[in-house]
Amino acid sequence: MQVCCGKSVFGGIAIGKICVFSKKEKQIKRIKIENPEKEIERYADATQKASEQLAGLYEKALKEVGEANAAIFEIHQMMLEDEDYTDSVKNIITSQKVNAEYAIGVTADNFANMFSAMEDDYMRARAADVKDISERLLSILEGNGMDMLEADEPVIILADDLAPSETVQMDKDNILSFVTVHGSVNSHTAILARTMSIPALVSTRLELSEELNGRNAIVDGFEGILYLDPDEAIMQKMQQRKSEEDEKKKLLLDLKGKEDVTLDGHKLMLYANIGNAKDLALVLKNDANGIGLFRSEFIYLESKDYPTENEQFQIYKSVAETMAGKRVIIRTLDIGADKKVDYFSLEPEENPALGYRAIRICLTQTDIFKTQLRAILRASVYGNIAIMYPMITSVGEVRQIKQIMEEVKKELDEQQIAYGEVMQGIMVETPAAVMVSDELAREVDFFSIGTNDLTQYTLAIDRQNPKLDAFYDAHHPAVLKMIRMVVENAHKAGIWAGICGELGADTELTQEFLDMGVDELSVSPGRVLPIRKIVRETDLAKYREKKNNILQRGVTSC
Amino acid sequence: MKTLSYTITDEQGIHARPAGELVKVAKSFTCEIKIGKGETMVDAKKIFGIMGLGAKKGEVVNLSFSGDDEEQAFTAVEEFLKNNL
Repeated sequence: MQVCCGKSVFGGIAIGKICVFSKKEKQIKRIKIENPEKEIERYADATQKASEQLAGLYEKALKEVGEANAAIFEIHQMMLEDEDYTDSVKNIITSQKVNAEYAIGVTADNFANMFSAMEDDYMRARAADVKDISERLLSILEGNGMDMLEADEPVIILADDLAPSETVQMDKDNILSFVTVHGSVNSHTAILARTMSIPALVSTRLELSEELNGRNAIVDGFEGILYLDPDEAIMQKMQQRKSEEDEKKKLLLDLKGKEDVTLDGHKLMLYANIGNAKDLALVLKNDANGIGLFRSEFIYLESKDYPTENEQFQIYKSVAETMAGKRVIIRTLDIGADKKVDYFSLEPEENPALGYRAIRICLTQTDIFKTQLRAILRASVYGNIAIMYPMITSVGEVRQIKQIMEEVKKELDEQQIAYGEVMQGIMVETPAAVMVSDELAREVDFFSIGTNDLTQYTLAIDRQNPKLDAFYDAHHPAVLKMIRMVVENAHKAGIWAGICGELGADTELTQEFLDMGVDELSVSPGRVLPIRKIVRETDLAKYREKKNNILQRGVTSC
Repeated sequence: MKTLSYTITDEQGIHARPAGELVKVAKSFTCEIKIGKGETMVDAKKIFGIMGLGAKKGEVVNLSFSGDDEEQAFTAVEEFLKNNL
């Protein structure tokens, strides 16, 4: 067995036979020509054909990997027709009286060198794009097609490097994995592999040779390892890992794009919680229908000083755009208690969970609050943003917040800065808020129940203290009764209510929540599909009937 | 002639995709549009030139528009920059 390390661009396990994808070395000869006009015409014809091919690839990629990834072929077309590039080729043909192939080769090297000399990794990786379009032209001039993969069974592809066009042209059904000796994690091929969910490695330390063809291999995309001729133990371990992954994938495939609705037609808004802009990929992968809790404090926690309005605006905007019209509920900063930031200079407290935190900071230091509100309002132009305030205990606080919100809007109006309509809701996470939820419901657009704090405040149990585990009951009837009460009060006032705490992801309670009439559940991305599965298998009428029978027989339940 | 200065706010700077989009916008006008960073100015209708600037987040790019439809080009390019870069 041989073990080769590389950089992983997409996790996953592939087990199969190797196919070495080798490009024919293109020897470019410098040939003197008599008639430069005729040579330029040959070059123009080749450009025309190349442009047509790229248009075709764009269409293919658009269907297979989406607009964002297909755009590379549109850019290739622009590069091909870029006057600096075409002028250089024509100039070399005319001034040196040489063949088009040679002129293209020289031009390609010059432009690739320009990118290779640039500072950032991303731009350096663009040298490959220049080479790709130039090779396309050369293949057309030689009268050959581009090198194509010839495989009649699914294989692991080993290559020196792969151009985006080569990747897209391959038959997806026959590719288990890509492994390249060169290439970067920023290359478009790497990006395509990610979009296609194919395990792939780049910069792999490996000696490529034809004799590798047909040998058994395993690609471990999680660890970035290629095993050649794997032994029994590794094979067993990887097969196990692969079947676990396949199981997950199957769930994903079965449930992706499906509606969150019970057998008897009760709909649920199933959203995801995120604590970081990087979590967005997981939200999309797990097919959540929105973001129910965007923990904005991460922006503050990762910063060395108060994040500016513009820094925040960029983050909110990109999240709103990525979610493309799906709802994004941003919770205003929830600093304090266990989340400390140096530059806030918060004084140590006897009892931080009951202390100066969240909305209490915002209503005291209104300048910090206003900066965040401005950033959120501005970003709301780019998507469907809603805003949610944490740690509310009274109607007075909500009115004060709304007053500040009006001031911020007025300032934006005066400065003629655009903003969209945002729904405003509150976290219900204190017993006080639960008890006055009927009044609060008349002030806001929605409720989101934060079960973590609500449970801790209701049961008077510090969850960080392991000694109290014996007294802690996550399904305590007091908490469940509170949730029912909040939902009922929300509905009486005509607004919706959801749950964004950990309890929301508890699959033992999903049916109970549906029974209570909970309108929304926001859970960590990985829990979205398991909950969707339960919702889609639930018949609420039957569940209620069963529950009534149990109650009538005198068995206590909540 | 009209001129415009713009500070890049996009994390990745002017990478391939926005460069391509900018070329598309620029090409829809007949006036001459130049874009540059520091002393170098290049044609905003050519993708290699724009990518070659390697303009990153926080850097200022200067643009100039001269020709019949410079007003419209100015407005369209400014809007494009604000929304994409």
